[in-house]
Amino acid sequence: MTDPLLEIRDLHASVDGTEILHGLSLTINAGEVHAIMGTNGSGKSTLTKVIAGHPDYEVTGGDVLFKGRSILQDEPEQRACAGIFLAFQYPVEVPGVSNLYFLRSALNAQRKSRGEAELSGAEFLALVKEKAKLVDIDQGLLNRSVNEGFSGGEKKRNEIFQLAMLAPTLAILDETDSGLDIDALKTVAHGVNSLRSPERAFLLVTHYQRLLNYIEPDFVHVLLDGRVVKSGGKQLALELEDKGYAWIEEEAAGSGSISVA
Amino acid sequence: MPDTNESIQALAQQEYKHGWVSHVDADQLPPGLHEDIVRAISAKKHEPEWLTEWRLRAYRHWLTMREPEWQKPKYPKIDYQGIIYYSAPKKKPEVSSLDEVDPELLETFEKLGISLDEQKRLSGVAVDAVFDSVSVKTTFREELSKQGIIFCSFSEAVTDHPELVKKYLGSVVPYTDNYFATLNSAVFSDGSFCYIPPGVRCPMELSTYFRINSAGTGQFERTLLIADEGAYVSYLEGCTAPQRDENQLHAAVVELVALKGAHIKYSTVQNWYPGDKDGKGGVYNFVTKRGMANENAKISWTQVETGSAITWKYPSCVLKGDNSVGEFYSVALTRDRQMADTGTKMIHIGKNTRSTIVSKGISAGHADQTYRGLVKIMKGATGARNYSVCDSLLIGGTCGAHTTPYIESANPTAVVEHEASTSKISDDQIFFLRQRGLSEEDAVSMIVNGFCKDVLSELPMEFAVEAQKLLGVKLEGAVG
Ligand SMILES: Nc1ncnc2c1ncn2[C@@H]1O[C@H](COP(=O)(O)OP(=O)(O)O)[C@@H](O)[C@H]1O
Ligand SMILES: [Mg+2]
Repeated sequence: MTDPLLEIRDLHASVDGTEILHGLSLTINAGEVHAIMGTNGSGKSTLTKVIAGHPDYEVTGGDVLFKGRSILQDEPEQRACAGIFLAFQYPVEVPGVSNLYFLRSALNAQRKSRGEAELSGAEFLALVKEKAKLVDIDQGLLNRSVNEGFSGGEKKRNEIFQLAMLAPTLAILDETDSGLDIDALKTVAHGVNSLRSPERAFLLVTHYQRLLNYIEPDFVHVLLDGRVVKSGGKQLALELEDKGYAWIEEEAAGSGSISVA
Repeated sequence: MPDTNESIQALAQQEYKHGWVSHVDADQLPPGLHEDIVRAISAKKHEPEWLTEWRLRAYRHWLTMREPEWQKPKYPKIDYQGIIYYSAPKKKPEVSSLDEVDPELLETFEKLGISLDEQKRLSGVAVDAVFDSVSVKTTFREELSKQGIIFCSFSEAVTDHPELVKKYLGSVVPYTDNYFATLNSAVFSDGSFCYIPPGVRCPMELSTYFRINSAGTGQFERTLLIADEGAYVSYLEGCTAPQRDENQLHAAVVELVALKGAHIKYSTVQNWYPGDKDGKGGVYNFVTKRGMANENAKISWTQVETGSAITWKYPSCVLKGDNSVGEFYSVALTRDRQMADTGTKMIHIGKNTRSTIVSKGISAGHADQTYRGLVKIMKGATGARNYSVCDSLLIGGTCGAHTTPYIESANPTAVVEHEASTSKISDDQIFFLRQRGLSEEDAVSMIVNGFCKDVLSELPMEFAVEAQKLLGVKLEGAVG
């Protein structure tokens, strides 16, 4: 048996002294697509940032293993170079820095850390052309400053473009679907689907079931108050859509964590 | 290209040897400042009577002046009687290989991507000239002189083109201008001179770098650039490599004269030694730079200031002619104990004169910086326009940034716009870039370079790339 790609064991994490994650466990194998659902404030974004190593979040208990090795001591850039990618819920702007210049620097930094040669200008541009087509991103956006003046949808598309360019082994998408119209949602889904592979896993954080119509998850987990309280197959997402979150809250209040999977 | 520079440098050193041996008895005057010293400097340089008199007038005026205290950076009192005002350019202590050079310096060179040969030149390692250095020098000068362009040291200009020097010296920065400019006028050692004839577009970027005789003249440098009617010149001053210097006080004067329809673009990258972490030993850079724009002329100042313990500098434009244009693009980066008080003055005299000011200040550590700008619209400057934007970026919580824009308008038709902002690098920006694989230092450097883009893009291409790297190197260890 090979190690799971990502293994989260009884994770406790706080921000500014307040514990947000209260013992969260989750295992993701290569090739799988997992969806995390949950109400606002349940800790979804916190989880993604803790995995990626945001310095504001302090891990107070448990462990996060990537390919069998604890990454909690690793810097964010080391985790990125190891193959963890986070598409942000609220992508930031970096004024004056061209999207392509930034991406080339990032890609080459990652390649360098893996002992690979840096891409030449021509190789890089060829890759840009291919991936831009995949996520149907406007060429004009590529030469503009990172996310500066982008619409909400353009920012999200740009995140997926970066995902395609950097080709991570674990891609975490934090509410990439929110704020997208149906056409944009389809393109994003198409991009993600074509990036699915036996070596790569996805962790999709979403508030709505909608995205899961286009990207079919292998597993769905419900996050409540910093814990996974229910896991299941894709039908769980439909059930949530139908019945809302209240029944899960009641169940969780009654019996603690439930696992169906 | 590095080979070319080395050859020129080698030649320059040779010339000094010859020059000084034949004309000069002692290569150094005793410390102190009085009329005899001023006369002696002039005599040693074989200057004509009028120039000696000009220096003396400046000296006498200087005696009546008081050292300014209004600028923000405070510094220990300078002992003007303790300074040696004339000294034949000293040869840098020469070493035979890079192994003998300060490893810290070499590391910085490497980070800046400076070639090995160039490293040797900058750190004073003896370099054999590969080319026939005489022919290199000749080709360069010949190409320029074919078009009537004069580009030489100030001293050479005094000898070879006295009529031009006499006509324009002090025409933009009079010897009475300010304490340090006046001191410079009395005791200036050498500098650059450049004249572009009417209608000529100078075919290459002129750089102090190429200029022969540049070594050892840093302290009281004097530069005079004249673009005759319809001429164009782009001039580069400075070097991105760290420049150490034994002189603490630098009081240079730069005068630009843009005649009718001429365009002068003057770019500076200043990376003088800033001193140690506590600011000890750094250079005080008190410079007066000013350009005079005649009708339809344009003067653009672009500067990247990263060095010196104290920088005190206001490249300015006197927009005398109708429709003349002044531009000022500035990046100032201060860290540790560095202090910078910099900005510009745009004096609108002619009708429909326009000026643009883009100032980007970055402070880290305990550094402190002030933008001080004056936009002055004179009574006759009907239709004058100014647009200013001053942005400050703070890294960490212990540094300071101050913006002091002065606007004086005596003409109601003038339009003056000023925008200012202060921002901090956000943790989320840094985290975003690190999440994509960049180190924290690279992330900060990228954000800072983005912040400065509007200024860096004004620099000639190669210089811009170097300046970008320089900002990255200067920021190392400044974060966190
Ligand atoms: N910097 C912070 N300081 C204090 N509380 C925070 C901070 N950031 C997030 N939280 C709290 O943590 C909880 C989880 O937030 P988040 O992970 O963003 O939830 P979700 O993404 O599921 O909507 C919320 O109650 C939120 O208010
Ligand atoms: Mg969230």
